[in-house]
Amino acid sequence: MSLLHLAIIAPLILAILVPFFYKSFRQIHTGWFVLPIPILLFAYFFSFISLTREKEVVMKTLDWIPSLGINFTAKVDGLGLLFALLITGIGALVVLYSIYYLSKEKEKLHNFYVYLLLFMGAMLGVVLSDNLIVMYAFWELTSFSSFLLIGYWYHREKSRYGAQKSMLITVFGGLSMLGGIILLYLMTGSFSITEIITQSNVILAHPLFIPALICVLLGAFTKSAQFPFHIWLPDAMEAPTPVSAYLHSATMVKAGIYLVARLTPVFAVDGLWLWLVAGFGIFTLFWGSFSAVKQTDLKSILAFSTVSQLGLIMSLLGVGAASLHYDGLDDNIYIVATTAAIFHLINHATFKGSLFMVVGIVDHETGTRDIRKLGGLINFMPITFTLAMIGAFSMAGLPPFNGFLSKEMFFTGMLRVLEMDFFSFDTFAILFPVLAWIASVFTFIYSMILVFKTFTGKYQPEKLDKKPHEAPLGMLISPIILVSLVIIIFFFPNSLLSENLIAPALVSILPSLVTEGTEFIVHIYQWHGFNPELFMTLGVIAVGILLYLTLPKWRRIYDLFPKKLTLNRFYDGAVERAQTGSYKFTKSYMNGSIRSYLVYIFTFFIVILATSLFYKNAFKVDTNKLAAIGIYEVLLALLIVIAAASILFAKTRLSQIILLGAVGYTVSLFYVLFRAPDLALTQLVIETVSVALFLVCFYHLPKLRREETRIRFKLTNAVVSVGVGVVVTLIALSAHSNKFFPSISQYYIENTYEKAAGKNMVNVILVDFRGFDTLFEIAVLAIAALGIFGMIKLRLARREEE
Amino acid sequence: MLDTVIHIALFCLALSMIGLIYRVIKGPSIPDRVIALDAIGINLIAIIALISIVLKTNAFLEVILLLGILAFIGTVAFSKYLEKGVIFERERDR
Repeated sequence: MSLLHLAIIAPLILAILVPFFYKSFRQIHTGWFVLPIPILLFAYFFSFISLTREKEVVMKTLDWIPSLGINFTAKVDGLGLLFALLITGIGALVVLYSIYYLSKEKEKLHNFYVYLLLFMGAMLGVVLSDNLIVMYAFWELTSFSSFLLIGYWYHREKSRYGAQKSMLITVFGGLSMLGGIILLYLMTGSFSITEIITQSNVILAHPLFIPALICVLLGAFTKSAQFPFHIWLPDAMEAPTPVSAYLHSATMVKAGIYLVARLTPVFAVDGLWLWLVAGFGIFTLFWGSFSAVKQTDLKSILAFSTVSQLGLIMSLLGVGAASLHYDGLDDNIYIVATTAAIFHLINHATFKGSLFMVVGIVDHETGTRDIRKLGGLINFMPITFTLAMIGAFSMAGLPPFNGFLSKEMFFTGMLRVLEMDFFSFDTFAILFPVLAWIASVFTFIYSMILVFKTFTGKYQPEKLDKKPHEAPLGMLISPIILVSLVIIIFFFPNSLLSENLIAPALVSILPSLVTEGTEFIVHIYQWHGFNPELFMTLGVIAVGILLYLTLPKWRRIYDLFPKKLTLNRFYDGAVERAQTGSYKFTKSYMNGSIRSYLVYIFTFFIVILATSLFYKNAFKVDTNKLAAIGIYEVLLALLIVIAAASILFAKTRLSQIILLGAVGYTVSLFYVLFRAPDLALTQLVIETVSVALFLVCFYHLPKLRREETRIRFKLTNAVVSVGVGVVVTLIALSAHSNKFFPSISQYYIENTYEKAAGKNMVNVILVDFRGFDTLFEIAVLAIAALGIFGMIKLRLARREEE
Repeated sequence: MLDTVIHIALFCLALSMIGLIYRVIKGPSIPDRVIALDAIGINLIAIIALISIVLKTNAFLEVILLLGILAFIGTVAFSKYLEKGVIFERERDR
């Protein structure tokens, strides 16, 4: 186990220790014990930057199940490192924030930090695993820990609902991703991402390519809350705010982005990938920003905004994949899209993290997150207001904040879709910049709502539970750090990010473009000159301001959309219908009557056997091997048939029992006739005993039931029983006609006396050649005897009555 | 010669079996049926003995003995049941 592995599972190890800290040091907030881990890890991963900048990849393998090719291979390259830094960096800030956010006295802190650390370890595992199965294991661990965190306040109905919803959706995606992983394994024979990428040509030509692509994308889209799977994210806002900031803006929802970026070298050459990723991304962007405007809860606004920003990143990744259709780096106009995706990924983590924390502060200090109750907080919380404004303006894409830079690059990428001339992009390409622009307008509007409806306007003290005041300093530290990053990245994007993080990440996403001697040169400009992107941004601002000011007038268009058609309704209905449907289905056939079950069993028996007999052409009658029929056999057979048939028509149960005895005795006569004296002996005794037992049962029947009339006729029963009889007869005939090899009984005949010193062959077989069966039949009889004794003697119910 | 005799004997036994079965079914009282069943048992002994001669084997002598015992026990059990209402009496002093 290398240090790298230890770093990945360090949060998991600490998670074991957290409850001890919580129990032993009640005076100290447990978060302080947790805080060093993400900081240490951040520092540790920071030291990798110098390696990845030189395109070096660190790979360390720890054997797990080597025979199946499943090993915990940790791989640090540009993309993985970028995510690892985000996870640990924002993780540290979130832990710090949560120390001030969660009360030491009221909350179950040990639960919180255990879940959070589980999540952190799982997330690190996802982004740093090279083995797909290991990645999947961590992936599911993120789903579970997210489930636990969303349901942290489990006494609330809505928390449980949100947790269940996110669980169902992300696990659905996770499972389909597992399917994709298995398909990839079938195609390449390897679980290693590095190895799979080298075989991408094989995969592209393989018939399983499309199913694998769709399965993997399902996993990515559900996790990253892409349309139509975004519905879990707004409901996940029931989690504590640090969780929302960490999981549902900065890390977990980016696992899908990570997956798409990671597997771009495998799938992206195909047009379907471009269309799906870019198309779903751009529509999610539009839909998320459109829906965010109508929300009244601050966290819901941020949730939909996260959805839309993830769509933005996703669409950029899709468009960026087009660059694989060019050979070199020169004139490769689509690389800018991938660059923008990575850049915006970082930016989004900074400003969205800070915005969530700001909203948490507002919630914490005023007791509500409803923008209809808030207003005029600027006088009470100037620092929070500043933080919110910077975060929101960056989100809206205004200078001088980092969102501006990535938004400009986003427009550049989307405009270049117009130049795409493959995969019939030229037909619909215009949709991309148009949707992108409209979505940006909506983004601008909700960003403004977020800031100005909360902090400006009229102060409504009567609607608030507490008197608002500025948050404690500790709570402000994390958002301040993030917000300063927002500004710093705007002014120094190149010296900070491009060479250290973005270019190495690009190498991981588009490895085929890098040849010996060339490298990605990422240069982010604040000023592009007067180009279409700038005018688009100006248009966004102008139209956005106009629409924001006239918001009450056009807000009604949201009511036009029918409530019945919302995706949440659809989801709730689907869950409901799945429950009632399966309940009804089970109820329809599990009716509790043994007769029905027997009908199912026998019908199944008939259908399976008859069809296989028919399809295999197995029915055959061969009369060559048959023996001559004697008069006694015929007579006995007639006797047995008459006795068996008259059981069905007998009037009383007593006659049925006697007739059954007659059948048994006739069978023993058959044994006599077919020269089986031991069988005849046993059969006689057993038949006598069982008839006696039947008589005992009959004697104890309640008086009312004793003289029941004859068996009632039921057509189903008749058909089924005739069917079973016919099928078994046919099979017996065919089996007898299809004997392929002689019996092994010759051996017994020769050796019964020679080897086993007995003359009675049946008995020698029973106790000598195959004595094991006899042993366990003895056991069966013993169990039956003990069981009967137990049933008669043990009367717990009666004992209780006494 | 012997064969024909045996077959005739079997035929006669079969006839008497039919008569006894008629008595079992018809009744009219339970003791009638019990006696008929007992006779059937004894008839079975005879039939098995004759079949043993036909098959030229002595492997079925145990079956004959067993049938004798079973017929006896069965008749006794039935008689006791008719007489006292139970077959196994409980120990009184418990």
